[in-house]
Amino acid sequence: MYVAVKGGERAIENAHAWLAEERRGDTGVAELDIAQIREQLSLSVNRVMAEGSLYDQDLAALAIKQARGDLIEAIFLIRAYRTTLPRFGCSEAVDTGAMACDRRISATFKDVPGGQVLGPTFDYTHRLLDFKLAADGEVPPAPEREATTAPVPHVTGFLNREGLIEEAPQDDTPPPDLTREPLEMPAERPLRLQALTRADEGFTLSLAYSTQRGYGRNHAFVGELRIGTVPVEMEIPELGFAIEIGEISLTECETVNQFTGSKSEPPQFTRGYGLVFGQTERKAISMALVDRALRWKELGEDDAGAPAQDAEFVLYHCDNIQATGFLEHIKLPHYVDFQSELELVRKLRREAGADQSHAGGTS
Amino acid sequence: MTGDSYNFAYLDEQTKRMIRRAILKGLAVPGYQVPFASREMPMPYGWGTGGVQVSAAVLTPEDRFKVIDQGADDTTNAVSIRSFFQRTAGVETTTATEEATVIQTRHRIPEAPLGEGQILVYQVPIPEPLRFLEPRESETRKMHSLEEYGLMHVKLYEDISRHGHIATSYAYPVKVEARYVMDPSPIPKFDNPKLNDCPAIQLFGAGREQRIYALPPYTRVTSLDFEDHPFEATKADHPCGLCGAGDSYLDEVIVDDAGGRMFVCSDTDYCESRQRQSHRGKDAA
Repeated sequence: MYVAVKGGERAIENAHAWLAEERRGDTGVAELDIAQIREQLSLSVNRVMAEGSLYDQDLAALAIKQARGDLIEAIFLIRAYRTTLPRFGCSEAVDTGAMACDRRISATFKDVPGGQVLGPTFDYTHRLLDFKLAADGEVPPAPEREATTAPVPHVTGFLNREGLIEEAPQDDTPPPDLTREPLEMPAERPLRLQALTRADEGFTLSLAYSTQRGYGRNHAFVGELRIGTVPVEMEIPELGFAIEIGEISLTECETVNQFTGSKSEPPQFTRGYGLVFGQTERKAISMALVDRALRWKELGEDDAGAPAQDAEFVLYHCDNIQATGFLEHIKLPHYVDFQSELELVRKLRREAGADQSHAGGTS
Repeated sequence: MTGDSYNFAYLDEQTKRMIRRAILKGLAVPGYQVPFASREMPMPYGWGTGGVQVSAAVLTPEDRFKVIDQGADDTTNAVSIRSFFQRTAGVETTTATEEATVIQTRHRIPEAPLGEGQILVYQVPIPEPLRFLEPRESETRKMHSLEEYGLMHVKLYEDISRHGHIATSYAYPVKVEARYVMDPSPIPKFDNPKLNDCPAIQLFGAGREQRIYALPPYTRVTSLDFEDHPFEATKADHPCGLCGAGDSYLDEVIVDDAGGRMFVCSDTDYCESRQRQSHRGKDAA
């Protein structure tokens, strides 16, 4: 078999070898193992799972190790792996109302049935570098108490009893799958939420922030933020009923948004929704704000022309794998295009009488 | 990655079938951008994921595969894509344009004429020729369906009134069978005439933008122009320094820091085969 091999191939091989060496770093320092990343860099692992759209802590940890800690690169590795997996089907909708919560807070009520549970949060830490951690990271076990088995109902449900908040739509149609169908506009809310949950955290955060600063303002309260584990159930056709196939950790944020009514809707609170894999609360809150901003049309609000209201703008630019690919591809060779631009600029300059120097010619 | 653990040409058969359906639709409606559920590939968006998916969908074990980037077989990304298919499809590869049955390209059409039975697969970054006039996909799709291309003609006209020329030198828009305005991918406009009446099948894949479009053999493809400002395919006004060809698209290579440069064929296969036939340019060693 004739195989074409030329110069580029060796350059690529050598670059890969050097990259591998750089990834390992100083061999005098112990190598990271996957379990260390999974256990001690768990928020990185969570982000990679969320934006990679694949719930597997060990694979995410491996991707982080392979990507030298570059999380977007790690997300890319997970996405590329994910494409090769067969799609078995669709799980039952997870019941976040039955979540075993590690953290559950409401900013709208001082106390709520099920209680306010701070959980493992950075919120009230003082951001002082802990130099002791540099020498010794071992900590005494945190105090424990019996887990309560009392139900932890959704906070927005209380508002709903008074009709003060819009009904959450109930719909059992299987949602479209962004990874199996091309994104086409206009995108309905299930598709938008699907895109947002795997959207770049930074992009989503900045968009959400822009709504707070007045670009499509919708004044959000965190009605509830809950983080914990839920069982995933799937109906197995051979059995004819749903069985539990695993457990995942999720962050859910429901915002309660001020709304004074519009031509089509009465004054009531409205909702924004965020649901993300793992403990990823910055992302979930951002998602809820952007979701709410994108709902302007169905609520009869004005189009303020804000970026966060523009579904095409948000959905076509929120994916960091698409964005980074297209951005970085400009470092690939473009000399054919550049040459044609050179010819054009030289021609235009010649005609404008600007170029007195040697246009063209070899030395 | 080992070849064994993945399906032939990497993608699973269901995905390939989905892509083939998009290709067939594209061939049936030349120049129309068919949405397809582009997959995440193991190379980044912008590296040719659309072209790679189209190639994966059309390759058969009997094919001979050629990959060029900027006209050259030995640019790093061409090498990388070729080795990807060597590994995942085990197909024979070649650098000779005439011998190849499937050619994946970025930014060029080979100089040697293509024939029936060949497939040319283009990597496309932005498939929408109207994108820089109208950023909204919902709007541009409407403009295509209504054949509303006035905006494009105004843009070309403004170029002429401002510069005396149409100031587009690559990705120069074309009209397909007097219907769809199509982006020919960022090929230099020098290559545009080769799109027309081509005996080979031409397929265009845009992975990130999730679009496939196609030109069946012998399709009429005209570059947009005006009667009094006819389209002109341009290139550097030199012969190739290595093979002396006067009819090929040239790269300008800077050879020293005193303004010295030479012009060589961008199509490495064309240049080398001419040199084998003892054609010599003035810079040939």
